Amino acid sequence: MIGRPRKLDVMAQIPGKMVLAATACLFVLLGTAGAQGGGELRFCLRTEPKTFDPLKVEDDAAVSIRYLTGGVLLRMNRQTQALEPELAHSWKVSKDGRQITFKLRSGLSFSDGTPFLAEDVAYTVQQLMDPALHSPTGDAFRSGPGTVATKIISSTQIAITFPTPVAGLDRLFDQVPMMSAHSPKKEMAVLGPFMVADYKPGATVLLKRNPNYWKTDAQGRKLPYLDSIRLDIQPNRDVEMLRFRRGELDLINSLDSEYFDKLASTSPQLVHDAGPSLDSEQMWFNQVSKAPIPAYKKNWFRSLGFRRAISEAINRDDLSRIVFRGHAQPAVGPISPANKFWFDSKLHAQAYSSDAALKLLQTEGFRLENGTLKDREGNPVVFSIVTNSGNKYRERMAVLIQEDLRKIGMQVNVVTLDFPSLIERIAQNFDYEAAMLGLTNVDLDPNEQMNVWLSSAENHQWNPQQKAPETAWEAEIDRLMRAQAASADAKKRKESFDTVQEIVVEQAPFIYLINKNALSAISTAVQDASPVILHPQTFWNAERLTVRAAK
Amino acid sequence: MLGWRITRHAVAILATILLGGLLSATLVRLAPGFDADEQQLDPRLSAESVRTLRESRAQEHSIFRFYLRYINGAMHGELGMSHSLSQPVGTLLRERAPLTLRLVALGLLLSWSVAMAMALTSAWLRVSALDALSTIVTGTFLCIPAAVLALLSVLWNVPGSLAIALIVLPRVYRYWRNLLAKAYSLPHITTARAKGLGELRVLFWHVIPMAAPQLLAVAGVSVSVALGAAIPVEALCGLAGVGQLAWQAALARDLPLLMNITILVTLVTLLAHSGADVIGHMLRSQEI
Amino acid sequence: MSVFRKLAWVALLLVVGVSMAANWLAPAGYAKQYRTQPNAPPTRQHWLGTDEVGRDRFARLLYGTRISLLLAPAAALISTLMAALVGGLAGYLGGGWARIAMAVTDLFLSLPWLFLLITVRALMPLNVSPLASVLVTFLMLGMLGWTSAARVLCATSASLRGSGFLLQARASGIRGVRLFGVHVLPNLTPVLYAQFWISIPVFILSEANLGILGLGVAEPMPSWGSLLKELEGLVSIGEEPWKFAPLILLVLVVTSFQLVLSNREEMAA
Repeated sequence: MIGRPRKLDVMAQIPGKMVLAATACLFVLLGTAGAQGGGELRFCLRTEPKTFDPLKVEDDAAVSIRYLTGGVLLRMNRQTQALEPELAHSWKVSKDGRQITFKLRSGLSFSDGTPFLAEDVAYTVQQLMDPALHSPTGDAFRSGPGTVATKIISSTQIAITFPTPVAGLDRLFDQVPMMSAHSPKKEMAVLGPFMVADYKPGATVLLKRNPNYWKTDAQGRKLPYLDSIRLDIQPNRDVEMLRFRRGELDLINSLDSEYFDKLASTSPQLVHDAGPSLDSEQMWFNQVSKAPIPAYKKNWFRSLGFRRAISEAINRDDLSRIVFRGHAQPAVGPISPANKFWFDSKLHAQAYSSDAALKLLQTEGFRLENGTLKDREGNPVVFSIVTNSGNKYRERMAVLIQEDLRKIGMQVNVVTLDFPSLIERIAQNFDYEAAMLGLTNVDLDPNEQMNVWLSSAENHQWNPQQKAPETAWEAEIDRLMRAQAASADAKKRKESFDTVQEIVVEQAPFIYLINKNALSAISTAVQDASPVILHPQTFWNAERLTVRAAK
Repeated sequence: MLGWRITRHAVAILATILLGGLLSATLVRLAPGFDADEQQLDPRLSAESVRTLRESRAQEHSIFRFYLRYINGAMHGELGMSHSLSQPVGTLLRERAPLTLRLVALGLLLSWSVAMAMALTSAWLRVSALDALSTIVTGTFLCIPAAVLALLSVLWNVPGSLAIALIVLPRVYRYWRNLLAKAYSLPHITTARAKGLGELRVLFWHVIPMAAPQLLAVAGVSVSVALGAAIPVEALCGLAGVGQLAWQAALARDLPLLMNITILVTLVTLLAHSGADVIGHMLRSQEI
Repeated sequence: MSVFRKLAWVALLLVVGVSMAANWLAPAGYAKQYRTQPNAPPTRQHWLGTDEVGRDRFARLLYGTRISLLLAPAAALISTLMAALVGGLAGYLGGGWARIAMAVTDLFLSLPWLFLLITVRALMPLNVSPLASVLVTFLMLGMLGWTSAARVLCATSASLRGSGFLLQARASGIRGVRLFGVHVLPNLTPVLYAQFWISIPVFILSEANLGILGLGVAEPMPSWGSLLKELEGLVSIGEEPWKFAPLILLVLVVTSFQLVLSNREEMAA
């Protein structure tokens, strides 16, 4: 597949040196170099960033910082969902999907002044593919055994060859900031619009404008406009909201629907609903054969009729309307309709009908006795749903589901657990019956979900680490997932993955509940913000944002 | 006599701290989710990475071995590494302890002075309306969740130490009021008052020395309460102190960090209690 | 008996009576979801409005009061008794016993009990009835909440040890349990009353906080603590004043408890 940028940056057409010279001239003319006065943008990180090393990043806070500080070869435009050239002005993926060749812009340098060359790309890739690294970013490139070869063709051209084809290879580079092979400042030397200037653990991360950032706007003004970004570490959303209302914060990147409505009622100009996001909420039943739960319960959970009946008995419209106050859409399947290319448009959200659910259960031998549903052997249908504590929306969804299922005679116990306890149950000792969690999709490409769909994978939540697929439909999913990964043809890949989506909806190993909308709040002092559904929703164009000074 | 008392306390403190460290390590280690990391749910991670992640805690699996290694390190000034924040525990604590100490100390001073003033007035005047009023006020603070008090302090832009003071206040006030009332009702104090001894003289020469050990014991206990209150207050007010650190560590099952924090908390608690004991005995021996 | 005390008795009896009669008084069951009107402000049908999933808040308050009002004082009693036993005996016996008991108490005050509670939850089956879960929770709270009072009690009974009347009682042949029960324990009451009074609201709130570990009252059952937790989402005071109803009721009950107790307190003193 040839990675041709759909939307060409004007600057990309002009050789790098000329750009630099032109900008330098402009600055002299305008006499405003270094004093653009774009202001300071302030918002909250929900957790402590675990690392500033862009290759080791895994948590949301660190991802945000990486997005703001890291310079990548190509960038997926968060608005158009298309790939655009950044540090590389062009690239090419080989037919077999194993090799990618980048042509780099010349004359760029890191924030500390170290020049950026092809050997830095080689260094970054070698660091990233180090088997001892174990980072999600690196593992996403690992499609098979073998080592990665980098070949420096010239100081601005490099070819990277992978041992086996990597599906959606070019898009993955959106997550890989280039590191300097030589800078003494190591990962703190960056190529992105901002750089970390100060970090007070537990309190703030202060980003300052990178003076060596290469990009300029259409008028030739140096980007970014902002002088600095102040990130306060604040896990509590109530406090975040309080401080936003007081004008101490300029934006809330993902706003709770409750607060969305509260703000909307008083100052509608502050809130933005960008529509359904990629994130989904789902529940599933434990189908692990060695799980320490009664055999008759395992039989329910492995029965297709049972799972489908549950899916049918859940009122998704109510989940969306009551729990998310309308700022969510009933989910269809593994891919959110917001993922325009990969979503299978033949699929529709499961309609709600408790009568139909009950009928389906009766065909499976269940019967309703004095309001209690019993299975063939007379066991009353009682099970628990575990979910993580501290997420009030998930807890409320569980309460609604509990009530929906009570209507068909099931008794559901909702158990909220702290995250480590929950993970131990769902991923290590499998001591649970049903679980409810959300899935955050970082990338649009379904190849990222390989470790969810393969029956042998660790994250095949309902029944992970199968030696051989235990059911025919799981075997079929395995085959289709492998087929799409091996193909470089987007259309063929889409066909395979459409079938995967259809099988998953049909078999309901995951019962998809809703897709949340991307909600945000942005102060009117912030100019040129246009929130999108992809992370980072509000500050994806941070380099072009400005904040008016407070009056 | 005093010297002997202090030495004995010091030995007891050391032994208790060592035991506290071991017990906290055991509690954390045995709690479920010890080697479960949220990261392992990331679908991008390969099977091998997930395995490595799970095994990364292997050297903390045997509590005794871990603890012996820790003590050995601690004697050389090495407190270990926090794996949730990838920073040395020593640095983290050094950076954050002053803030928490200031917060807790200020909160305690504030709550002690208000509680003492209220308790004295109440025990002294014995006006039931006044007593009812202070019961309602302290009762209200007792019934408001600590997180709400902390949130209010953010809302009204008042320092976090005030929130701590309000959390501690009712817990101290009720004990002190009851203890003082009891002391005032003792026969020899009633007699002294009847004989026309000045109220202040009665208070400082008889009532306070009489009740000193208990009053001080309450103050000592309130140190633990204040330390506990620092967790929600720091977390909500965005204060980078030890309380916030403790909460993060607990959620991440960060054993080295948690154990060191427990040891620190035990040390502070023990010092507070031992101090209360020693001073209480001294005051009391003067009275008798 | 003062006017306040009488009022307190009336208030307590009223709250207990009303919550016991929740089945008849509440407009609906605590789990009934009025899905067409979630987050409703107070109306004639829903006196305190409805919660996030459309459940009648007044009904939930009545049922929640019943559970918490029954169990919190019970747990407070357990913790008070344990404090009396450990603290009182330690101070009374003195010497090495006191030191060991106080070292244990100090440890209790400093250890991260959160992890014990997490372990307890793991040992319980997932399908435990909401009532059993809340019983276990309050029991745990009672067993863990005695430490502060024990410290103070130890100081109190230690100061009694040298006092004249104990020596006198000893001289007249009173020993052991009887001496402790008849002569020491009554002198500890100011502390015991304080401990009992403080524990009630503290346990009610702790129970709700333990919800994050999967302990405490499970959905859909309400508890006072879980209703109070709603206040944590308050961004401005006065926006939804009806959400303060559980707080006001709890303050009323706690104050009444104190006023009722203070009667006995004064008699003891």
